[in-house]
Amino acid sequence: MSIYIQGTGCVSPLETAAEGPFPAVVNPAYDGARLKVSDPDYKQWIDIKQIRRMSRIIKMGVAAAKLSLQEAGVEKPDAIITGTAYGCLDDTGVFLTKMINQQEEMLTPTSFIQSTHNTVAGQIALMLSCHAYNNTFVHKGFSFESALLDSIMILKEGKSKHILMGAMDELTTHSFNIISRFNRFKKEPVTHTELLHSTTPGTVAGEGAACFVLGTEKGDNSHARLTGLTTSYKPGSTAEIAADIIAFLAVHEIAQEDIDLLITGRNGDSEGDIWYDHVERTLFPDQAVGCFKHLCGEYPTAASFGMWVGCKVLSSGQVPADVLFKGNTPEKIKKILIYNHYKGTHHSLILLTGC
Amino acid sequence: MAGEVWIGGGGVICGIGDNLSACIDAFRNMATGAATMEYLSSAHKGTYPVVEVRADNATLAVRAGMPAHISRTALLSKIAAREAWDSTGLGELRNYRVGFVSANTVGGMDKTEDFFADYLKDPQSGQLNQVVNHECGSITELVADSLGIRHHVTTISTACSSGANALMYGARLIRNNMVDVVIAGGTDALTRFTLNGFNTLMILDQESSRPFDDTRKGLNLGEGAGYVVLVKDELKELIRTPWCKLSGFANANDAYHQTASSPEGVGNYLAMKGALEMSGLKPEEIDYINLHGTGTQNNDSSEGLAIERLFAPHYPPVSSTKSFTGHTLGASGGIEAVFSALAVREGYLYPNANFGTRMKEIPFTPVTAFSEGNKVHHVMSNSFGFGGNCSSLIFSIG
Repeated sequence: MSIYIQGTGCVSPLETAAEGPFPAVVNPAYDGARLKVSDPDYKQWIDIKQIRRMSRIIKMGVAAAKLSLQEAGVEKPDAIITGTAYGCLDDTGVFLTKMINQQEEMLTPTSFIQSTHNTVAGQIALMLSCHAYNNTFVHKGFSFESALLDSIMILKEGKSKHILMGAMDELTTHSFNIISRFNRFKKEPVTHTELLHSTTPGTVAGEGAACFVLGTEKGDNSHARLTGLTTSYKPGSTAEIAADIIAFLAVHEIAQEDIDLLITGRNGDSEGDIWYDHVERTLFPDQAVGCFKHLCGEYPTAASFGMWVGCKVLSSGQVPADVLFKGNTPEKIKKILIYNHYKGTHHSLILLTGC
Repeated sequence: MAGEVWIGGGGVICGIGDNLSACIDAFRNMATGAATMEYLSSAHKGTYPVVEVRADNATLAVRAGMPAHISRTALLSKIAAREAWDSTGLGELRNYRVGFVSANTVGGMDKTEDFFADYLKDPQSGQLNQVVNHECGSITELVADSLGIRHHVTTISTACSSGANALMYGARLIRNNMVDVVIAGGTDALTRFTLNGFNTLMILDQESSRPFDDTRKGLNLGEGAGYVVLVKDELKELIRTPWCKLSGFANANDAYHQTASSPEGVGNYLAMKGALEMSGLKPEEIDYINLHGTGTQNNDSSEGLAIERLFAPHYPPVSSTKSFTGHTLGASGGIEAVFSALAVREGYLYPNANFGTRMKEIPFTPVTAFSEGNKVHHVMSNSFGFGGNCSSLIFSIG
């Protein structure tokens, strides 16, 4: 059985919600190691009265979902599955702040209601009047991958035609402040072209939403098949992940040289990038390498943006200049391997094949 | 779907007992758990009873074999997951490909809310070790690491139905041969965040909750953790006493409102119907329904009407064990899965406490006394929640 990506939708720091070619980088210089989503006009997809009550993650998620459904030509999917590591941080912060400042008195429900992690998936179901299977994974750097795996397993059961799945995470002032205190972000100013070559620890914070409609039949706008997915939790060494990659390719009967483009989650953190250095050097020394986190920033579900980039590359047959990190654009691009890790603990491999 | 999934064991910690047998004793003795808040610190202490696990974090930490400073959500999780595993007789975890699929809704919020009070005064203050495990997934990983589970670890959060969805995903992992066994269920600790959140929705009862009673006024929040161990068919012989099979499950969305249930319980109906279809059972073959039964006007009415639509005129015995445990949110699907699976093994019917008056809108009433040795071959466990998320599980005799 093949799984086709029938539609994609993405809201990110680039203008990815607009149709057309791969968007240019809007702000080449980061604002204090932080990348913010470039908000599209959400009125295209959401009633203006609802927009006012919605936090950004809900708007981003709904927009990405609607874009992907539109591209797939699907009105009501047979399942809605999301992944979000942090959930609705903004509403969580609002409710928490009021609860503390008002000593637990005179609180209102909206931000509490919208703080639950399944808010986006529930909201999409509500807007589509979709009674189908609905699930939300909240597992740090595997939130997106778990949602993907759930989708794959359900499609294999043969009863669902189209699954809407995706991942979303928002960055708030509080979350940026707090995560900064763990020294996760660059202290020095950095531009998007410099980031990936950085030799200092830390990266740039990001956020976004990317959704996909997956199905077992090739749709009118399908350009990629999702041919493989695996995860590795806390691999012991770079050698172990290299062995995992070889085993993963073997399961899918693919040789290393069959990979036309490797897309990595390189994020400019000198400590985390050694994983990618090792894999590029030892397994794919001759292949072109693309990167995406200088465009979306680092966040636990950023692999979803990476998969969106992979889909764009397969649909256009080109690697955008901003994406290409090493080597030359290959003549033909048929197979893309996406290797991402989050904080060195959550490693994932996604295999895409052009169709 | 190919491949039976067995329930090889289970473990529970909640406000009516530190372990599963203590919980069963509480049902037997009609010892409900709602009481004045003792361990959670809140302005609402005198107003709303809660169902707390009767131990402070230091005591739980000793039992869990984990540091006392980490989130209570993780401590509860580890204790119940360990009990669940030990009950299977499968021996060393490392001999199997083990998955840990744990649900929760609050993550490390119990610590975050302490951190945040300091942080709001000064963004550079607040102890970072209180917020480092804020994420729901962190709780699962703390426990997975402590148990030595690496094959497949993930977290689900779909509000009050979270724990039930963990069993579904776990069963799929087994059927796809990704793992041999899965410890699946959920955990949640009481927090000021959730207590105040439910208070804004005006669905907390100031007395002990009365699920499926016409005079019900709301729910009592509880805390705890509950896990079953899902085991693939090929390993069945190694289980000490297989409890039952997970024969059916379904998840549907009510698509009506972000928090309220549709009056007629569309999502509830679809989840129960879907679970029956997967199990190949007819409604009249269900011997007991462990209700979602939170005790709010809206929830119980929707669930009751959905049951009527699907089961009339053959109503099986039903009860809400939340009348004992309180609503443990992300843990409830896991805790109630353990109770439901054990009911098949032991022929238990659990009582619904505090019941006095039949609900006007439905023709049936819940079971009010504990009994054992009943013919209980097929049990349905319902979990419905915010975001319209509705899930039903069916456990069947092997």
